[in-house]
Amino acid sequence: MSKNIKLMQGNEACVEGALYAGMRFYAGYPITPSTEIAEKSAELLPTVGGKFIQMEDEIAGIAAAIGGALTGKKSMTATSGPGFSLKQENIGYAMIAEIPLVIVNVQRGGPSTGLPTAPAQGEIMQAKWGTHGDHPVIALSPSTVRETFDLTVRAFNLAEKYRTPVMLLTDEIVGHMREKIEIPEPGELEIYNRLEPVEGETYIPYGVREGDLVPRMAAFGSGHRYHVTGLFHDETGFPSNSTENAGFMLDRMMKKVEDNLDDLIEYEEYMLDDAEVCIFSYGSSARAAKTAIDQLREEGIKAGLFRAITIWPFAEKRVKALAEQFDNIVVAELNLGQYVYEVERVVKGAAKVSHVGKANGDVLTPAEIAAKVKEVL
Amino acid sequence: MNNPIVEKYFRMDNLPHIWCPGCGNGIIMLALAKAIDSLGLDKDKVCVVSGIGCSSRAPGYLDFNTLHTTHGRALAFATGVKLANPELEVIVISGDGDASAIGGNHLIHAARRNIGITTIVFNNNIYGMTGGQYSPTTPNGDLGTTAPHGNIDRPFDIAQLAAAAGATYAARSTVYHANQMEKMIETAIAHKGFSMVEVISTCPTYYGRKNKKGSAANMIAFLKDSFIDVKVAEKLPEEKKAGKFLMGEFKKEEGVVEYTVAYESIIERLKK
Repeated sequence: MSKNIKLMQGNEACVEGALYAGMRFYAGYPITPSTEIAEKSAELLPTVGGKFIQMEDEIAGIAAAIGGALTGKKSMTATSGPGFSLKQENIGYAMIAEIPLVIVNVQRGGPSTGLPTAPAQGEIMQAKWGTHGDHPVIALSPSTVRETFDLTVRAFNLAEKYRTPVMLLTDEIVGHMREKIEIPEPGELEIYNRLEPVEGETYIPYGVREGDLVPRMAAFGSGHRYHVTGLFHDETGFPSNSTENAGFMLDRMMKKVEDNLDDLIEYEEYMLDDAEVCIFSYGSSARAAKTAIDQLREEGIKAGLFRAITIWPFAEKRVKALAEQFDNIVVAELNLGQYVYEVERVVKGAAKVSHVGKANGDVLTPAEIAAKVKEVL
Repeated sequence: MNNPIVEKYFRMDNLPHIWCPGCGNGIIMLALAKAIDSLGLDKDKVCVVSGIGCSSRAPGYLDFNTLHTTHGRALAFATGVKLANPELEVIVISGDGDASAIGGNHLIHAARRNIGITTIVFNNNIYGMTGGQYSPTTPNGDLGTTAPHGNIDRPFDIAQLAAAAGATYAARSTVYHANQMEKMIETAIAHKGFSMVEVISTCPTYYGRKNKKGSAANMIAFLKDSFIDVKVAEKLPEEKKAGKFLMGEFKKEEGVVEYTVAYESIIERLKK
């Protein structure tokens, strides 16, 4: 069998991955550097019987995507910095209403309009805290074009499995660079579909069986007439002001993430076994970190890499262990210090945590990361 | 003893509703249920979507697929529902603030696309849920809690706004003219394309009290006396139209291709 090998951009791979996962609805608004995701979705979705719509603004983009998801379709929206800010209220809506949805943020230089064509990793904390109130968060960040494909599939799978919006945090580098990628054959990657109501059983829209955390989801039009709201609601889906109920419902939603850390958290370790210093990175910056490690090792400095693939929830247990193993952890990220605070929170002084980063639109170079490593050693 | 329409289409466990005594919203909600009954729609295939505000609580009481969204965004959510599953009859319930202030952009674009959604605006000329602030339809000179010295804004004509933006059906009625309103809603739902029915409602608690409009009954009597049908108005001399407001069907355009039909034709073309 001939392999399906292609040269493509990260943004194109995102759409290929989405279609592989079963995406049948896309709604969004054009914004650099994510626009190719909309363009490719517009081209390909109708060829598989799916639907694409360019909405009037970013808020409408995510709103329509949620509407599409409620009819039973796997649904996605993509954006960049300013659009990610605009979508925040409805991200919270998707969380409390438990809507499976993939939200791609191809990060660019901010704040505000910032540097539209330049890379950044500036929405690490916004992904977690951008929408108001406490809520569960799942966010993934790819480093390569192939990984963009794989993590888009994974984002859909997790969204379906946990009935929650999943964020894919790529950046301008990963989104726009072209790499050779082998597209998996159908069936090669696991595809997860949301659980639907059990036939013959009374459907309780937000009810779960003892020990379960994720309610089954009926599609609008399938015969189960129910109510969806952004207000706190009880298991019937109707609004409830009860503090006892709000506490119970939020606790269940948080546990969807907190009780499934092993399923959710993915990371890669590169040359860490014999290393004397740990570089902590993710996304495009981890590419520079790998090169920095190769160069440092040529100079006799044994550096290794911890690369977070799942950004949220945080790989707390593993990072704690790393803090026991290493005296120094150098966090390399394309911002002025975001994920480093999470590392510090978890490490709690057990290792020295340093930061190397910038937010001027430039890429983080291997030389800059290597220089920081030498400085702290 | 209950009205059989109420028993058939309302979620009885969720009643009574939260609206104030004298509020006109219940009249519109019942008219919608009656219109759906007259059309013989399958309850499983009706989706009612709303935003935030007093009127937007209506879907919680109605026994369909119901979606209570974020402030102003009902039409954007509804657009996703309708495009993803065109076999659903999608009806949006929105208030004057929800539809024409925070949601104004979605209103004009849904109208422009001519997507098959019926929008019913419960226009009570005020923000009721937050306690009486002036809205885009509060008359110039009237009072609101945020217009304590008189409103200097000029009001929107929501039905005409939708018509100008491309809605292929646009009409206005009032909660006094309940039978006419019900027929309009029925026509709007049956219409292929974007349809708008603006219904002038009454808010005696905030708008009425703030502006000394008298009792709820007085406010409804005002609607009876002040609104004239656009067809009647055409034949009236100018002096008889002074101080009156227009209601009726402002626009009814057939044959404009509906949005989801246009999209389906792309899918069909690509199959060849």
